[in-house]
Amino acid sequence: MSEQKNAYMYGIGVLKGLGLAFKHFLLTYVDDIKRWGKRYKTPEGIAYRSSKDVSGIFTVQYPEEKLPVPEEFRYVPFLLYEGKEDGSIEYRCTSCGICPKVCPPQCIWIVRASDPNTGRPIPDPAEFYIDIDICMNCGFCAEYCPFDAIKMDHDYELASYNRKSNVYDKARLGKPVSYYASVRPINYEREEAAKREAEAQKVARRSHA
Amino acid sequence: MSNQNIVLESDLIHIFPDILSRDERASYEGYIIKADQLLPFMQKLRDDLGFDYLSSVTGVDYLPEGKMEVAYHIRKSTGGSPLVIKAQVDRETPVISSLVPIYPGADFQEREAWDLLGIKFEGHPDLRRILTWEGFAGHPLRKDWKEAYFEEEGKPFKSRWPAGYYKSAEQKNPFGTNVDYPAGFDPESWVPEPGVALYAGLGKMTRKDETTGIGTEQVIVNLGPQHPSTHGVFRMAAKLDGETVVGLKPVMGYLHRNHEKIGERNTFLGNMPYTDRLDYFNSMSNNFGYALAVEKLMGIMPPERAEYLRVMMAELTRIINHLSLLGFLLNDLGAYFTPIMYAFEERELILDIFEAVAGSRMMCNYFRFGGVARDLPEGVMEKVKNLVLDRLPRKFDDLDLYITNNEIVRHRAEGVGVMTPEEAIAYSTSGPVLRASGVPYDLRRAQPYSIYNRFDFDVAVRYHGDVYDRYLIRLDEMYQSLKILQQVIKDIPEGPIQEGKPQYQVRVPPGESYGCVEAPKGELGFYVISNGKPNPWRYHVRAPSFINLTPLETMCIGNKVADAVVILGSIDIVLGEVDR
Repeated sequence: MSEQKNAYMYGIGVLKGLGLAFKHFLLTYVDDIKRWGKRYKTPEGIAYRSSKDVSGIFTVQYPEEKLPVPEEFRYVPFLLYEGKEDGSIEYRCTSCGICPKVCPPQCIWIVRASDPNTGRPIPDPAEFYIDIDICMNCGFCAEYCPFDAIKMDHDYELASYNRKSNVYDKARLGKPVSYYASVRPINYEREEAAKREAEAQKVARRSHA
Repeated sequence: MSNQNIVLESDLIHIFPDILSRDERASYEGYIIKADQLLPFMQKLRDDLGFDYLSSVTGVDYLPEGKMEVAYHIRKSTGGSPLVIKAQVDRETPVISSLVPIYPGADFQEREAWDLLGIKFEGHPDLRRILTWEGFAGHPLRKDWKEAYFEEEGKPFKSRWPAGYYKSAEQKNPFGTNVDYPAGFDPESWVPEPGVALYAGLGKMTRKDETTGIGTEQVIVNLGPQHPSTHGVFRMAAKLDGETVVGLKPVMGYLHRNHEKIGERNTFLGNMPYTDRLDYFNSMSNNFGYALAVEKLMGIMPPERAEYLRVMMAELTRIINHLSLLGFLLNDLGAYFTPIMYAFEERELILDIFEAVAGSRMMCNYFRFGGVARDLPEGVMEKVKNLVLDRLPRKFDDLDLYITNNEIVRHRAEGVGVMTPEEAIAYSTSGPVLRASGVPYDLRRAQPYSIYNRFDFDVAVRYHGDVYDRYLIRLDEMYQSLKILQQVIKDIPEGPIQEGKPQYQVRVPPGESYGCVEAPKGELGFYVISNGKPNPWRYHVRAPSFINLTPLETMCIGNKVADAVVILGSIDIVLGEVDR
């Protein structure tokens, strides 16, 4: 860093600073001309404006332009379900109770389903609520779910006119596995590979025995 | 340095045989002093043994034993680990002598302990509530105090599973039934007298000129709580003589949420995301301190790669913090929003890295006990390299050129808000504020944690103790952080990032621990006491920006009111951490 000079430079320090601001101002227009038609409202333009080489103005004009979110981005959980061939859906959740236990602000509420005949609990949630007013988007539920049944979403535009609608129930929380695969492809691939691996080991062990 | 400490500590019992005893409880450290002998003991400790820096004062409510304990962490300003001294008092009449005459830095911390735990500090010059308002009933950190919408002693709550029929807090406890007024208090007829005690603390309101005999009326001006210069909801009641500040009382607590009580209800792991919300500019450092404290109790260490990742994140967050501070300081000086936008440009790029790694830009929640949440996703290391090796050095030079030698900045900042090294130590300031006053004290060197002893970097220090030096030291520290980051990039090994299996219910053995890091704002300490249950028994945060405010009055007196704004800006506070 520069050495401290005499305090009285008769405005040269101010001028140098202003020169830098003026350069910054000009660079925006230089960039505009250099990247004519590509600097704004194109994916590469947005990527350029969040890269190390950006010079000049770097603002992204939300909502006309949106920054792509990285895969690990987390916002309000959702529940995964598999679509069956007959059109019905099956939630991956087994209502094991780990997510309501690990949830730091305690915003997850699960009613465990029970068999109507025997009264025994069955691994399926009868009700599943998340109060997203309370949810702090920490991602613990997704991180510690042993069944990959709850994951963090990428959809961050959740504004609503009504506070009551911010308590999400099972239907509102549910999203198909294919959606998960589309927003978090790398994680999805890794989990599926691990599952295939475990399955293969199981088969091998069984045939061994 | 640690060697000396060991020698001294074995001697300490011999020096004070009658009044001092070792803390014999399992996994507790330090000594217990007889409460009535506290003052002479501390005097000797400071004057004869060199423990000149009072790091932290807090209380613990041992409800089952019917005791209140006051815990002091005292350091040498030359380095080393803290000496833990405790004094026990009766829970019903908790009175202990105040340390303010010996360590002025105890001022706000004792007020906090009085406010939240009801421990009376005799001899304290201004023992008022500090975080809650003056009409608050009870002392909220006491174990038998219950808040509105109280559900259960500790999380997880049983109502959530397996029969978790959703019920909002308002449904369970409609407005009105949870209000607990003190006896004889009628809210309808009560007329508030705001700040009577506060203004009384500022003393007489006239000054008589000795030579001319003309009396001058002095006025109190409230800067804040809603004022753009106060960086949040912070209020300064300044007593002015014309334009000159002759007295100043900081008022805080507008953002108080009793973080510590929430922390004591949370599970150990569940508290991690709450620490993000302390100093919301530096969630990575906050995570770091808390993880260190709990890991010390659990007796685990993160693997190599996780250590490097932790240091990387902590240093990146230091750059973020200092960049924003430089911008905001210039804002306070009147360079409205152009510098901060330039600083935020770089901050954005670093936040992009945090978002890709931790999932969130500011509330990172990235650290786990014994590791970190996840490894770097593909392409992130490339981004870090681009920034650290190429862009940031370039941009820091730009910022330097932009402001450092600006004549207006220098005229406004040089010689303003001076704090001598002796004052800085006595007032328990830490971080850049302490180092700008010529005390080269940095926890990364004074009590190395994690793997900081491996890196080659200098402890930045400046000697004038004015606002300008507090600005320069941030610039210096950013260059030093880059130096550390370059070494991290070079040395980071491959390998696991988590010790053992990730667990959602960690078992924390009983005991106490104090984990501290050199956060960008100073010494951030977490004092955690476990009794073997899933929730901590006591969880205290030694908040650097809260304690750095203690000398604010001293720094401001004699300066103009416009300078008070700049001095506050140069301390670098974040109200999420000050008010907790």
